[in-house]
Amino acid sequence: MSAVMITRKVRKWEKLPGKNTFCCDGRVMMARQKGVFYLTLFLIVGTCSLFFAFECPYLALHLSPAIPVFAVLLFLFVIAMLLRTSFSDPGVLPRALPEEATFIEMEIEAANGNVPAGQRPPPRIRNVQINNQIVKLKYCYTCKIFRPPRASHCSICDNCVDRFDHHCPWVGNCVGKRNYRYFYLFTMSLSLLTIYIFTFDIVHVVMRSVDKGFLNTLKETPGTVLEVLVCFFTLWSVVGLTGFHTYLISLNQTTNEDIKGSWSGKNRVQNPYSHKNIIKNCCEVLCGPTYPSVLDRRGLMEEDSSISATPVAPSSSSSTTSSSNPVPQTTKTTAPLIPNEHTPDDAKPSIAASAEKSPSPKEEHPPAKVPPLASPETDVETSITKDKTH
Amino acid sequence: MAETHSLQDMRQQAAVAAKVFIQRDYTNGTVCQFQTKFPSEMETRIDKQQFEETVRTLNNLYAEAEKLGSQSYIEGCLACLTAYTVFLCMETHYEKVLKKIAKYIQEQNDKIYAPRGLLLTDPIERGLRVIEVTIFEDRSLTR
Repeated sequence: MSAVMITRKVRKWEKLPGKNTFCCDGRVMMARQKGVFYLTLFLIVGTCSLFFAFECPYLALHLSPAIPVFAVLLFLFVIAMLLRTSFSDPGVLPRALPEEATFIEMEIEAANGNVPAGQRPPPRIRNVQINNQIVKLKYCYTCKIFRPPRASHCSICDNCVDRFDHHCPWVGNCVGKRNYRYFYLFTMSLSLLTIYIFTFDIVHVVMRSVDKGFLNTLKETPGTVLEVLVCFFTLWSVVGLTGFHTYLISLNQTTNEDIKGSWSGKNRVQNPYSHKNIIKNCCEVLCGPTYPSVLDRRGLMEEDSSISATPVAPSSSSSTTSSSNPVPQTTKTTAPLIPNEHTPDDAKPSIAASAEKSPSPKEEHPPAKVPPLASPETDVETSITKDKTH
Repeated sequence: MAETHSLQDMRQQAAVAAKVFIQRDYTNGTVCQFQTKFPSEMETRIDKQQFEETVRTLNNLYAEAEKLGSQSYIEGCLACLTAYTVFLCMETHYEKVLKKIAKYIQEQNDKIYAPRGLLLTDPIERGLRVIEVTIFEDRSLTR
């Protein structure tokens, strides 16, 4: 009968909408499905461990001790870039607060005028002119904002991300404005590492076979076979991906724009963001300013929770593992003013189940044996061509 | 965000009459700039020139933060060479300018907007999407 109102201070990440998981009290931010990320980590660490265990002692003695040293540095750089890509905020745009959403609604209604009953209202699009090109800004029904140019809504993470490139299951996070350069450095350094290990594996096998014969060599260093296999298959995909992203960077395009064909000839709209100079484009993307996160994840906010006399299963209190608790959130998301067209299909996000499940992403994805490298936003009709990204 | 005493008092006493949202201006690309168009709801409260001056200064500050120059390149290259560990001890240029912006907004609120029953919210708290201007009910706040 009696209810006690308790106001506690919680960190803002606990109340963020969207399907992200947070660790270390909001310092780490990832997508919900992390299985493939663990696989990536395992492959890199495993292959390098085998290399350090089997090949490096021989190569350090017979060739040069610089070889393992450089391999260690490269390995550390790869891991640093991978973790930086996976754990950072890709550039998520916070959803509109109720007043802002209402304000935009009123602006849209004013712009549309009177729509006769029975007719569909015109699509919510705003035209802006950027560098003498007309760019259409779409309205996001989930976040209740007009998306800035180059932003896109990621259906897997349920967030609008600025300068959205793609959602990468291999790093377990979206790739956007804030972590694109880390992602690029990761693929590039991983290509170098793969080539490095592959080359020195071959060198090692050749050198040892001259002394002891091919079969004996394989018997003494069984790890070599595994390493060569992993490196061989990784080489094609990762080197191809690095090449593809180098091409995109030189043109100042995102994977998303490339897949949708936003700037390719047919529409005659040129890319308004390109400086028309390869060096300038590369400098802007790779050496530009480091954008801060606009999501205040570790800020404190007040949360009112009422504890009633009758015992109830612990609900609205913060879950320390993730922010995506099923309890309706009182602060950010309110009753939608307009029907939500892009609500995800899954009814109840079960965190434990999804974390343990196989890494295949849910909802609108073409079933593939290997998780796709790039995932489209919700309202794109084109399907991904995996060949393109490899 | 720190608020001065007078702002807190005002917020507790006065009721919110309306909120206006100054949108982003994308004509120069994705750089953070805000529209300088004066919203009609604020016509009775503040001078048009004054408001445009505020927004223009903010735009200049954001342009400074995102400037592609030698400083940003050096910072980027140095950070890359240290595998971005240098940011554990050093603040980025953008963060430094954001602090400047926060101070400027607070100063403007104290000197110009609070006496007129208005409150500017730092755009960083709205995801750099809008400048939220809260218009309080005009009671005994006129000069």
